[in-house]
Amino acid sequence: MSDLLRLPLHELHVGLGGKMVPFAGYEMPVQYPAGVMKEHLHTRAAAGLFDVSHMGQVILRPRADMADLALALERLMPVDVLGLGQGRQRYGLFTDDTGGILDDLMFANRGNHFFLVVNAARKGHDFAHLQRHLAEVATVEVQGERALLALQGPLAEAALSRLEPGVAAMKFMDSAIFLTEFGEIWVSRSGYTGEDGFEISVHPGGATELARALLAMEEVLPIGLGARDSLRLEAGLCLYGHDIDETTSPVEAGLTWAIQKARRAGGAREGGFPGAARILGELDEGPERLRVGLRPAGRAPMREGTALYATDGTPLGAVTSGGFGPSVGEPVAMGYVPAAHAAIGSALEGEVRGKRLPVTVAAMPFHPTHYKR
Amino acid sequence: MKFTKEHEWLRVEGDLVVVGITEHAAEALGDVVFVELPEPETVVAAGSEVCVIESVKAASDILAPVEGEIVAVNEKLSDNPGLVNEDPMGDAWFFKMKIDDLAVLDDFMDEDEYKDMIG
Repeated sequence: MSDLLRLPLHELHVGLGGKMVPFAGYEMPVQYPAGVMKEHLHTRAAAGLFDVSHMGQVILRPRADMADLALALERLMPVDVLGLGQGRQRYGLFTDDTGGILDDLMFANRGNHFFLVVNAARKGHDFAHLQRHLAEVATVEVQGERALLALQGPLAEAALSRLEPGVAAMKFMDSAIFLTEFGEIWVSRSGYTGEDGFEISVHPGGATELARALLAMEEVLPIGLGARDSLRLEAGLCLYGHDIDETTSPVEAGLTWAIQKARRAGGAREGGFPGAARILGELDEGPERLRVGLRPAGRAPMREGTALYATDGTPLGAVTSGGFGPSVGEPVAMGYVPAAHAAIGSALEGEVRGKRLPVTVAAMPFHPTHYKR
Repeated sequence: MKFTKEHEWLRVEGDLVVVGITEHAAEALGDVVFVELPEPETVVAAGSEVCVIESVKAASDILAPVEGEIVAVNEKLSDNPGLVNEDPMGDAWFFKMKIDDLAVLDDFMDEDEYKDMIG
Protein backbone atom coordinates (compact mmCIF):
# COMPACT_ATOMS: atom_id res chain seq x y z
CA MET A 1 0.00 0.00 0.00
CA SER A 2 3.06 2.22 -0.52
CA ASP A 3 1.44 4.62 -3.00
CA LEU A 4 -1.53 5.19 -0.71
CA LEU A 5 -1.80 8.31 1.39
CA ARG A 6 -1.94 8.15 5.16
CA LEU A 7 -4.19 10.23 7.36
CA PRO A 8 -3.34 11.96 10.65
CA LEU A 9 -4.88 9.17 12.75
CA HIS A 10 -3.09 6.33 10.95
CA GLU A 11 -0.98 5.22 13.93
CA LEU A 12 -4.01 5.30 16.20
CA HIS A 13 -5.97 2.99 13.85
CA VAL A 14 -3.11 0.53 13.62
CA GLY A 15 -2.71 0.59 17.39
CA LEU A 16 -6.42 -0.15 17.83
CA GLY A 17 -6.10 -3.20 15.57
CA GLY A 18 -7.84 -1.57 12.61
CA LYS A 19 -7.73 -3.57 9.39
CA MET A 20 -6.37 -1.07 6.88
CA VAL A 21 -7.56 -1.21 3.26
CA PRO A 22 -7.18 1.09 0.24
CA PHE A 23 -10.09 3.51 -0.10
CA ALA A 24 -10.25 6.59 -2.35
CA GLY A 25 -6.44 6.69 -2.46
CA TYR A 26 -5.98 6.39 1.31
CA GLU A 27 -5.24 3.65 3.77
CA MET A 28 -8.41 3.48 5.82
CA PRO A 29 -9.69 1.19 8.60
CA VAL A 30 -12.47 -1.03 7.23
CA GLN A 31 -13.06 -2.58 10.65
CA TYR A 32 -11.55 -3.05 14.09
CA PRO A 33 -11.36 -6.31 16.08
CA ALA A 34 -15.04 -5.98 17.15
CA GLY A 35 -16.11 -6.53 13.51
CA VAL A 36 -18.64 -4.83 11.25
CA MET A 37 -21.75 -6.23 12.92
CA LYS A 38 -20.83 -5.24 16.49
CA GLU A 39 -19.51 -1.86 15.36
CA HIS A 40 -22.77 -1.16 13.54
CA LEU A 41 -24.96 -2.16 16.48
CA HIS A 42 -22.78 -0.29 18.96
CA THR A 43 -23.21 2.93 16.96
CA ARG A 44 -27.00 2.54 17.07
CA ALA A 45 -26.96 1.75 20.80
CA ALA A 46 -24.23 4.03 22.18
CA ALA A 47 -21.64 6.02 20.22
CA GLY A 48 -19.20 5.25 17.41
CA LEU A 49 -16.16 7.25 16.38
CA PHE A 50 -15.37 7.35 12.64
CA ASP A 51 -12.30 8.80 10.97
CA VAL A 52 -13.50 10.49 7.79
CA SER A 53 -10.40 12.61 7.27
CA HIS A 54 -10.20 11.44 3.66
CA MET A 55 -13.11 13.70 2.81
CA GLY A 56 -12.45 17.08 1.25
CA GLN A 57 -12.76 20.20 3.41
CA VAL A 58 -12.76 23.64 1.84
CA ILE A 59 -13.47 27.20 2.90
CA LEU A 60 -15.00 29.60 0.38
CA ARG A 61 -14.21 33.13 1.49
CA PRO A 62 -16.08 35.89 -0.37
CA ARG A 63 -14.04 38.60 -2.08
CA ALA A 64 -16.92 41.06 -1.53
CA ASP A 65 -20.03 39.95 0.37
CA MET A 66 -21.57 36.61 1.31
CA ALA A 67 -24.70 37.20 -0.79
CA ASP A 68 -22.69 37.38 -4.02
CA LEU A 69 -20.95 34.13 -3.11
CA ALA A 70 -24.25 32.48 -2.13
CA LEU A 71 -25.75 33.41 -5.50
CA ALA A 72 -22.64 32.12 -7.31
CA LEU A 73 -22.97 28.79 -5.44
CA GLU A 74 -26.62 28.68 -6.47
CA ARG A 75 -25.43 28.70 -10.09
CA LEU A 76 -23.74 25.33 -9.34
CA MET A 77 -26.47 23.70 -7.21
CA PRO A 78 -30.29 23.40 -7.35
CA VAL A 79 -30.26 24.36 -3.68
CA ASP A 80 -31.22 27.45 -1.66
CA VAL A 81 -27.85 28.81 -0.52
CA LEU A 82 -28.90 32.43 0.00
CA GLY A 83 -31.57 31.43 2.49
CA LEU A 84 -29.24 29.39 4.71
CA GLY A 85 -28.87 31.16 8.02
CA GLN A 86 -25.62 31.83 9.84
CA GLY A 87 -24.50 28.82 11.92
CA ARG A 88 -26.52 26.40 9.79
CA GLN A 89 -25.49 23.61 7.47
CA ARG A 90 -27.34 22.16 4.47
CA TYR A 91 -27.02 19.21 2.06
CA GLY A 92 -26.09 20.24 -1.48
CA LEU A 93 -25.55 18.74 -4.93
CA PHE A 94 -23.31 19.93 -7.76
CA THR A 95 -25.15 19.21 -11.02
CA ASP A 96 -24.01 19.20 -14.66
CA ASP A 97 -25.73 20.54 -17.79
CA THR A 98 -27.54 17.23 -18.33
CA GLY A 99 -28.97 17.32 -14.80
CA GLY A 100 -26.62 14.59 -13.57
CA ILE A 101 -24.97 14.78 -10.15
CA LEU A 102 -21.27 15.73 -10.04
CA ASP A 103 -21.05 15.29 -6.27
CA ASP A 104 -23.07 15.65 -3.11
CA LEU A 105 -21.78 17.67 -0.19
CA MET A 106 -22.48 19.53 3.03
CA PHE A 107 -22.07 23.30 3.19
CA ALA A 108 -22.30 25.57 6.21
CA ASN A 109 -22.79 29.32 6.51
CA ARG A 110 -20.21 30.44 9.07
CA GLY A 111 -20.98 34.15 8.95
CA ASN A 112 -18.14 35.48 6.86
CA HIS A 113 -17.48 32.37 4.78
CA PHE A 114 -18.88 29.00 3.71
CA PHE A 115 -17.36 25.71 4.85
CA LEU A 116 -17.85 22.72 2.54
CA VAL A 117 -17.26 18.99 3.04
CA VAL A 118 -17.16 16.92 -0.16
CA ASN A 119 -16.59 13.25 -1.02
CA ALA A 120 -13.03 11.91 -0.92
CA ALA A 121 -13.17 10.40 -4.40
CA ARG A 122 -14.46 13.69 -5.84
CA LYS A 123 -12.42 16.28 -4.00
CA GLY A 124 -9.92 16.90 -6.82
CA HIS A 125 -12.80 17.39 -9.21
CA ASP A 126 -14.74 19.58 -6.79
CA PHE A 127 -11.86 21.86 -5.86
CA ALA A 128 -11.17 22.48 -9.57
CA HIS A 129 -14.90 22.99 -10.20
CA LEU A 130 -15.12 25.57 -7.41
CA GLN A 131 -11.95 27.32 -8.56
CA ARG A 132 -13.20 27.47 -12.15
CA HIS A 133 -16.64 28.85 -11.33
CA LEU A 134 -16.11 30.89 -8.17
CA ALA A 135 -12.63 32.43 -8.52
CA GLU A 136 -14.09 35.86 -9.25
CA VAL A 137 -16.26 35.99 -6.15
CA ALA A 138 -14.33 33.91 -3.63
CA THR A 139 -11.00 32.43 -2.62
CA VAL A 140 -11.06 28.63 -2.52
CA GLU A 141 -9.09 27.57 0.55
CA VAL A 142 -8.57 23.79 0.67
CA GLN A 143 -8.15 22.55 4.27
CA GLY A 144 -5.85 19.70 3.29
CA GLU A 145 -4.33 19.27 6.75
CA ARG A 146 -7.39 19.10 8.96
CA ALA A 147 -8.69 15.76 10.19
CA LEU A 148 -12.43 15.03 10.22
CA LEU A 149 -14.02 12.81 12.85
CA ALA A 150 -17.64 11.74 13.11
CA LEU A 151 -19.10 10.79 16.48
CA GLN A 152 -22.45 9.10 15.92
CA GLY A 153 -25.12 7.50 18.05
CA PRO A 154 -27.56 8.23 20.88
CA LEU A 155 -24.73 8.80 23.40
CA ALA A 156 -22.68 11.05 21.10
CA GLU A 157 -23.93 14.20 22.81
CA ALA A 158 -23.14 12.88 26.29
CA ALA A 159 -19.61 11.94 25.17
CA LEU A 160 -18.65 15.06 23.22
CA SER A 161 -20.22 17.49 25.70
CA ARG A 162 -17.79 16.21 28.37
CA LEU A 163 -15.02 17.74 26.30
CA GLU A 164 -16.97 20.74 24.99
CA PRO A 165 -20.25 21.48 26.83
CA GLY A 166 -21.33 23.91 24.10
CA VAL A 167 -22.20 21.12 21.67
CA ALA A 168 -25.20 20.02 23.76
CA ALA A 169 -27.19 23.09 22.70
CA MET A 170 -26.69 22.40 18.99
CA LYS A 171 -29.58 21.12 16.88
CA PHE A 172 -29.50 18.92 13.78
CA MET A 173 -27.54 20.70 11.03
CA ASP A 174 -26.21 23.46 13.29
CA SER A 175 -22.58 24.41 12.65
CA ALA A 176 -20.32 26.03 15.25
CA ILE A 177 -16.68 26.69 16.13
CA PHE A 178 -15.29 26.01 19.61
CA LEU A 179 -11.87 26.71 21.06
CA THR A 180 -10.83 23.65 23.05
CA GLU A 181 -7.73 22.00 24.48
CA PHE A 182 -7.48 20.24 21.08
CA GLY A 183 -7.32 23.56 19.27
CA GLU A 184 -10.17 25.07 17.32
CA ILE A 185 -12.77 22.43 16.46
CA TRP A 186 -15.38 22.96 13.77
CA VAL A 187 -18.47 21.04 14.77
CA SER A 188 -21.71 20.29 12.94
CA ARG A 189 -24.57 18.28 14.39
CA SER A 190 -24.84 15.87 11.49
CA GLY A 191 -23.50 12.62 10.12
CA TYR A 192 -24.24 9.82 7.72
CA THR A 193 -25.59 7.02 9.88
CA GLY A 194 -29.21 8.05 10.54
CA GLU A 195 -28.29 8.65 14.19
CA ASP A 196 -27.85 11.86 16.14
CA GLY A 197 -24.22 12.89 16.23
CA PHE A 198 -21.49 15.29 15.29
CA GLU A 199 -18.88 15.82 12.63
CA ILE A 200 -15.75 17.44 14.00
CA SER A 201 -13.03 19.07 11.95
CA VAL A 202 -9.84 19.33 13.95
CA HIS A 203 -6.24 20.42 13.28
CA PRO A 204 -3.93 17.38 12.90
CA GLY A 205 -2.01 18.49 16.00
CA GLY A 206 -5.10 17.89 18.13
CA ALA A 207 -6.79 15.11 16.18
CA THR A 208 -5.18 12.08 17.80
CA GLU A 209 -5.62 13.51 21.31
CA LEU A 210 -9.28 14.31 20.64
CA ALA A 211 -9.87 10.81 19.27
CA ARG A 212 -8.09 9.25 22.26
CA ALA A 213 -10.12 11.34 24.71
CA LEU A 214 -13.36 10.16 23.09
CA LEU A 215 -12.25 6.52 22.82
CA ALA A 216 -11.33 6.54 26.51
CA MET A 217 -15.03 6.98 27.29
CA GLU A 218 -16.98 3.82 28.00
CA GLU A 219 -19.71 4.49 25.42
CA VAL A 220 -17.37 5.17 22.49
CA LEU A 221 -15.93 2.51 20.17
CA PRO A 222 -13.92 3.05 16.98
CA ILE A 223 -15.96 2.21 13.87
CA GLY A 224 -14.58 1.33 10.43
CA LEU A 225 -15.76 1.95 6.89
CA GLY A 226 -17.62 -1.37 6.77
CA ALA A 227 -20.12 -0.35 9.43
CA ARG A 228 -20.23 3.19 8.07
CA ASP A 229 -21.56 1.70 4.85
CA SER A 230 -24.17 -0.56 6.47
CA LEU A 231 -25.33 2.31 8.73
CA ARG A 232 -25.83 4.74 5.86
CA LEU A 233 -27.54 2.05 3.78
CA GLU A 234 -30.06 1.35 6.55
CA ALA A 235 -30.60 5.12 6.83
CA GLY A 236 -31.45 5.19 3.09
CA LEU A 237 -28.61 7.62 2.35
CA CYS A 238 -26.86 7.74 -1.04
CA LEU A 239 -23.23 6.89 -1.62
CA TYR A 240 -21.72 8.92 -4.45
CA GLY A 241 -20.37 6.79 -7.30
CA HIS A 242 -22.83 4.03 -6.43
CA ASP A 243 -26.36 5.35 -5.82
CA ILE A 244 -25.81 8.70 -7.50
CA ASP A 245 -23.45 9.92 -10.23
CA GLU A 246 -23.42 11.91 -13.49
CA THR A 247 -26.05 9.57 -14.98
CA THR A 248 -28.62 10.10 -12.22
CA SER A 249 -30.59 13.28 -11.62
CA PRO A 250 -31.49 14.50 -8.13
CA VAL A 251 -35.18 13.82 -8.88
CA GLU A 252 -34.53 10.24 -10.00
CA ALA A 253 -32.42 9.76 -6.88
CA GLY A 254 -35.32 10.85 -4.67
CA LEU A 255 -33.37 13.86 -3.44
CA THR A 256 -36.13 16.40 -4.18
CA TRP A 257 -36.16 17.35 -0.48
CA ALA A 258 -32.74 18.92 -1.14
CA ILE A 259 -34.24 21.26 -3.79
CA GLN A 260 -35.89 24.02 -1.78
CA LYS A 261 -38.94 25.97 -2.96
CA ALA A 262 -36.87 29.05 -3.85
CA ARG A 263 -35.18 27.15 -6.70
CA ARG A 264 -38.26 25.40 -8.06
CA ALA A 265 -40.78 26.59 -10.64
CA GLY A 266 -42.48 29.70 -9.27
CA GLY A 267 -39.80 30.15 -6.58
CA ALA A 268 -37.95 33.40 -5.88
CA ARG A 269 -34.81 32.18 -7.71
CA GLU A 270 -36.26 29.54 -10.00
CA GLY A 271 -33.78 27.52 -12.07
CA GLY A 272 -30.44 29.05 -13.00
CA PHE A 273 -28.45 25.92 -12.06
CA PRO A 274 -26.83 23.36 -14.40
CA GLY A 275 -29.38 20.92 -15.78
CA ALA A 276 -32.35 23.07 -14.68
CA ALA A 277 -34.46 22.17 -17.73
CA ARG A 278 -34.34 18.46 -16.95
CA ILE A 279 -34.52 18.77 -13.17
CA LEU A 280 -37.47 21.20 -13.16
CA GLY A 281 -39.15 19.11 -15.86
CA GLU A 282 -38.81 15.96 -13.76
CA LEU A 283 -40.12 17.78 -10.68
CA ASP A 284 -43.17 18.75 -12.73
CA GLU A 285 -43.87 15.54 -14.64
CA GLY A 286 -42.11 12.90 -12.54
CA PRO A 287 -38.91 11.12 -13.57
CA GLU A 288 -38.83 8.04 -15.80
CA ARG A 289 -37.10 6.00 -13.12
CA LEU A 290 -36.60 6.30 -9.39
CA ARG A 291 -34.23 5.17 -6.68
CA VAL A 292 -36.19 2.86 -4.41
CA GLY A 293 -35.63 0.89 -1.24
CA LEU A 294 -35.59 -2.87 -1.67
CA ARG A 295 -36.25 -5.68 0.80
CA PRO A 296 -35.23 -9.13 -0.46
CA ALA A 297 -37.69 -11.78 0.71
CA GLY A 298 -35.01 -14.31 1.62
CA ARG A 299 -31.83 -14.00 3.64
CA ALA A 300 -29.51 -13.73 0.63
CA PRO A 301 -28.18 -10.16 0.31
CA MET A 302 -28.69 -8.46 -3.06
CA ARG A 303 -25.48 -6.56 -3.55
CA GLU A 304 -24.50 -3.73 -5.91
CA GLY A 305 -25.00 -4.80 -9.53
CA THR A 306 -27.78 -7.32 -8.85
CA ALA A 307 -30.09 -7.16 -11.92
CA LEU A 308 -33.74 -6.34 -11.18
CA TYR A 309 -36.69 -7.71 -13.16
CA ALA A 310 -40.45 -7.41 -13.21
CA THR A 311 -42.26 -10.60 -12.25
CA ASP A 312 -42.94 -11.12 -16.00
CA GLY A 313 -39.19 -11.13 -16.65
CA THR A 314 -38.84 -7.58 -18.08
CA PRO A 315 -35.43 -6.12 -17.12
CA LEU A 316 -35.94 -3.05 -14.93
CA GLY A 317 -32.59 -1.89 -13.57
CA ALA A 318 -30.05 -2.82 -10.96
CA VAL A 319 -29.19 -2.62 -7.30
CA THR A 320 -26.80 0.28 -6.57
CA SER A 321 -26.10 -0.53 -2.88
CA GLY A 322 -27.05 -3.61 -0.99
CA GLY A 323 -26.06 -5.86 1.83
CA PHE A 324 -27.14 -7.11 5.21
CA GLY A 325 -28.68 -4.57 7.58
CA PRO A 326 -27.49 -5.51 11.08
CA SER A 327 -30.18 -3.42 12.84
CA VAL A 328 -32.92 -4.54 10.45
CA GLY A 329 -31.72 -8.14 10.82
CA GLU A 330 -32.33 -8.80 7.16
CA PRO A 331 -30.81 -7.85 3.82
CA VAL A 332 -31.61 -4.38 2.51
CA ALA A 333 -30.76 -2.67 -0.78
CA MET A 334 -31.51 0.27 -3.00
CA GLY A 335 -31.58 0.61 -6.77
CA TYR A 336 -33.25 2.22 -9.76
CA VAL A 337 -36.46 1.00 -11.42
CA PRO A 338 -38.94 2.58 -13.87
CA ALA A 339 -41.53 4.80 -12.16
CA ALA A 340 -44.29 2.26 -12.93
CA HIS A 341 -42.54 -0.24 -10.64
CA ALA A 342 -41.45 2.20 -7.94
CA ALA A 343 -44.52 2.19 -5.69
CA ILE A 344 -43.94 0.85 -2.19
CA GLY A 345 -45.02 -2.79 -2.11
CA SER A 346 -44.23 -3.47 -5.80
CA ALA A 347 -43.13 -7.07 -6.27
CA LEU A 348 -39.90 -7.44 -8.25
CA GLU A 349 -37.21 -10.05 -8.71
CA GLY A 350 -33.48 -9.79 -8.27
CA GLU A 351 -31.03 -12.20 -9.86
CA VAL A 352 -28.59 -13.71 -7.36
CA ARG A 353 -26.14 -16.32 -8.69
CA GLY A 354 -28.41 -17.10 -11.64
CA LYS A 355 -31.61 -17.41 -9.60
CA ARG A 356 -34.46 -14.89 -9.72
CA LEU A 357 -35.47 -14.22 -6.12
CA PRO A 358 -38.41 -12.15 -4.86
CA VAL A 359 -37.75 -8.61 -3.62
CA THR A 360 -40.22 -5.90 -2.63
CA VAL A 361 -40.01 -2.13 -3.06
CA ALA A 362 -39.95 -0.71 0.47
CA ALA A 363 -39.91 2.65 2.23
CA MET A 364 -36.60 4.18 3.31
CA PRO A 365 -35.05 4.63 5.77
CA PHE A 366 -35.01 0.93 6.61
CA HIS A 367 -34.19 1.78 10.21
CA PRO A 368 -35.81 4.84 11.89
CA THR A 369 -33.58 7.91 11.98
CA HIS A 370 -32.89 9.76 15.24
CA TYR A 371 -31.84 13.28 14.41
CA LYS A 372 -32.00 15.99 17.08
CA ARG A 373 -34.42 18.40 15.44
CA MET B 1 -8.35 -33.43 10.64
CA LYS B 2 -7.16 -32.38 7.18
CA PHE B 3 -7.05 -28.96 5.57
CA THR B 4 -7.38 -27.58 2.02
CA LYS B 5 -5.67 -24.59 0.42
CA GLU B 6 -9.15 -23.02 0.29
CA HIS B 7 -9.23 -22.95 4.12
CA GLU B 8 -11.67 -25.81 4.54
CA TRP B 9 -11.28 -28.52 7.17
CA LEU B 10 -12.13 -32.16 6.50
CA ARG B 11 -13.00 -34.58 9.28
CA VAL B 12 -13.67 -38.28 8.85
CA GLU B 13 -16.82 -39.51 10.55
CA GLY B 14 -17.34 -43.24 9.88
CA ASP B 15 -17.31 -43.56 6.09
CA LEU B 16 -18.23 -39.89 5.59
CA VAL B 17 -16.19 -36.70 5.24
CA VAL B 18 -17.48 -33.66 7.15
CA VAL B 19 -16.53 -30.27 5.64
CA GLY B 20 -16.31 -26.86 7.30
CA ILE B 21 -14.21 -23.71 7.12
CA THR B 22 -11.30 -22.90 9.38
CA GLU B 23 -11.25 -20.35 12.15
CA HIS B 24 -8.77 -18.36 10.10
CA ALA B 25 -11.23 -18.27 7.18
CA ALA B 26 -14.19 -17.37 9.39
CA GLU B 27 -12.23 -14.50 10.87
CA ALA B 28 -11.21 -13.22 7.45
CA LEU B 29 -14.79 -13.40 6.16
CA GLY B 30 -16.20 -11.38 9.03
CA ASP B 31 -19.73 -11.74 10.35
CA VAL B 32 -21.55 -14.37 8.28
CA VAL B 33 -25.15 -13.38 7.51
CA PHE B 34 -26.31 -16.01 5.01
CA VAL B 35 -25.37 -19.54 4.03
CA GLU B 36 -26.71 -21.26 0.92
CA LEU B 37 -26.42 -25.02 1.37
CA PRO B 38 -26.35 -27.64 -1.39
CA GLU B 39 -29.19 -30.07 -2.04
CA PRO B 40 -28.58 -33.39 -0.29
CA GLU B 41 -28.14 -36.44 -2.52
CA THR B 42 -26.28 -34.52 -5.23
CA VAL B 43 -23.09 -35.85 -6.72
CA VAL B 44 -20.45 -33.14 -6.99
CA ALA B 45 -17.08 -32.93 -8.74
CA ALA B 46 -13.91 -31.94 -6.89
CA GLY B 47 -13.52 -28.16 -7.01
CA SER B 48 -17.17 -27.45 -7.83
CA GLU B 49 -18.97 -24.71 -5.90
CA VAL B 50 -21.35 -26.29 -3.43
CA CYS B 51 -22.10 -23.60 -0.84
CA VAL B 52 -22.22 -19.83 -0.79
CA ILE B 53 -21.33 -17.86 2.32
CA GLU B 54 -22.34 -14.23 2.52
CA SER B 55 -20.65 -12.12 5.17
CA VAL B 56 -21.27 -8.46 5.92
CA LYS B 57 -18.44 -7.82 3.46
CA ALA B 58 -18.84 -10.15 0.48
CA ALA B 59 -19.97 -13.47 -0.94
CA SER B 60 -17.60 -16.43 -1.15
CA ASP B 61 -17.89 -20.03 -2.27
CA ILE B 62 -17.15 -23.29 -0.57
CA LEU B 63 -15.76 -25.83 -3.01
CA ALA B 64 -16.20 -29.59 -2.87
CA PRO B 65 -12.73 -30.78 -1.75
CA VAL B 66 -13.13 -34.15 -3.50
CA GLU B 67 -15.59 -35.90 -5.78
CA GLY B 68 -18.48 -37.49 -3.97
CA GLU B 69 -22.10 -37.39 -2.94
CA ILE B 70 -23.52 -34.80 -0.53
CA VAL B 71 -25.47 -36.87 1.98
CA ALA B 72 -26.27 -34.31 4.71
CA VAL B 73 -26.25 -30.54 5.15
CA ASN B 74 -26.20 -28.49 8.36
CA GLU B 75 -29.65 -26.88 8.41
CA LYS B 76 -28.68 -25.01 11.60
CA LEU B 77 -26.64 -22.64 9.41
CA SER B 78 -29.72 -21.55 7.46
CA ASP B 79 -31.37 -20.22 10.60
CA ASN B 80 -28.22 -19.12 12.39
CA PRO B 81 -25.46 -18.20 9.92
CA GLY B 82 -23.54 -16.53 12.76
CA LEU B 83 -22.66 -20.02 14.02
CA VAL B 84 -19.89 -19.97 11.41
CA ASN B 85 -18.16 -17.23 13.42
CA GLU B 86 -18.99 -18.71 16.83
CA ASP B 87 -17.87 -22.28 16.28
CA PRO B 88 -16.29 -22.68 12.83
CA MET B 89 -14.33 -25.83 13.68
CA GLY B 90 -17.16 -27.60 15.49
CA ASP B 91 -20.93 -27.03 15.25
CA ALA B 92 -20.70 -25.00 12.05
CA TRP B 93 -19.94 -27.85 9.66
CA PHE B 94 -21.47 -27.27 6.20
CA PHE B 95 -22.04 -30.70 4.66
CA LYS B 96 -21.14 -34.38 4.83
CA MET B 97 -19.95 -36.28 1.78
CA LYS B 98 -19.73 -39.93 0.88
CA ILE B 99 -16.58 -40.61 -1.14
CA ASP B 100 -15.27 -43.73 -2.83
CA ASP B 101 -11.94 -43.94 -1.12
CA LEU B 102 -11.02 -42.13 2.09
CA ALA B 103 -7.37 -42.51 1.12
CA VAL B 104 -7.67 -39.42 -1.15
CA LEU B 105 -7.67 -37.35 2.05
CA ASP B 106 -3.98 -38.20 2.52
CA ASP B 107 -3.18 -35.63 -0.17
CA PHE B 108 -4.44 -32.75 1.98
CA MET B 109 -2.49 -30.79 4.58
CA ASP B 110 -2.37 -31.75 8.20
CA GLU B 111 -2.77 -29.11 10.90
CA ASP B 112 0.92 -28.18 11.07
CA GLU B 113 1.18 -27.79 7.31
CA TYR B 114 -1.96 -25.64 7.27
CA LYS B 115 -0.61 -23.45 10.07
CA ASP B 116 2.60 -23.00 8.08
CA MET B 117 0.57 -21.96 5.05
CA ILE B 118 -1.40 -19.24 6.86
CA GLY B 119 1.74 -18.10 8.62
